[in-house]
Amino acid sequence: MDLKHIAEVTKANVIAYKEGMNYEVKAAFSSDLMSDVLAYVEGDVLLMTGLINHQVIRTAEMLDLKAILFVRGKRPAEDVIQLAEEKHIVLMCTQYTMFSASGRLFQSGLVGVEIGS
Amino acid sequence: MKPYMKDPANAAMKLHYEVAKDDFARAGEASSKIKSVLKQLGIEGGVLRRIAIAAYEAEINLVIHSEGGTVEAFIKPDCIELYIEDKGPGIADIDLAMTQGYSTANPAAREMGFGAGMGLPNMQKVCDDFTIESEPGEGTRIKMVVNY
Repeated sequence: MDLKHIAEVTKANVIAYKEGMNYEVKAAFSSDLMSDVLAYVEGDVLLMTGLINHQVIRTAEMLDLKAILFVRGKRPAEDVIQLAEEKHIVLMCTQYTMFSASGRLFQSGLVGVEIGS
Repeated sequence: MKPYMKDPANAAMKLHYEVAKDDFARAGEASSKIKSVLKQLGIEGGVLRRIAIAAYEAEINLVIHSEGGTVEAFIKPDCIELYIEDKGPGIADIDLAMTQGYSTANPAAREMGFGAGMGLPNMQKVCDDFTIESEPGEGTRIKMVVNY
């Protein structure tokens, strides 16, 4: 699913690296725990989170993630947005909660990350 | 587990970074620099990813738990070696610290999305070879090797 479609479905604003909106993701992972993101996420994945600090951008950078969707109306500070611009990571903000945003995207055909037992 | 030993032989390049205690805003800069150097050298994506995760988890641990320390990367013909050393406080029970879900992180660390007891197990998972040594009152030393 491309990021434009994701922004439409979740009624999200794009706040960093708009140039990357044509990028496609194969799955999504919703979590406020960056350690779990580091442990389980691989490949072209959209990260959905309510955390808005530098570490979210750093975590995405380490995993080569191209996009983050902030939920619950959260918006990171300017220096965090700037870091995402530098790293070419698309940032989007939605008013939906994590569950509602995830549900809408799942209903539109975006799948979750499968993790081993 | 092999004893911790720094092995500079055959290292084509050595990277060295200082990491300060409690500096959450800058946490990840050392790992970011290591990743960027390795990318420029053309290191394969899977290896790059594993090194980035190992370095970043270690760097976060230094910020959260240590009195400050260093992250070093030795780039070798057949592997990348990461060396993490800190000035304390040391780990009393390493087996317990290595248990998934066990954490002594403070609320500040948890607010940043860490402190879930995933760091050390995750570092071990992404490496081909993992060594940890620690003494309470001294410090912790970790060596991680990722083969190409």
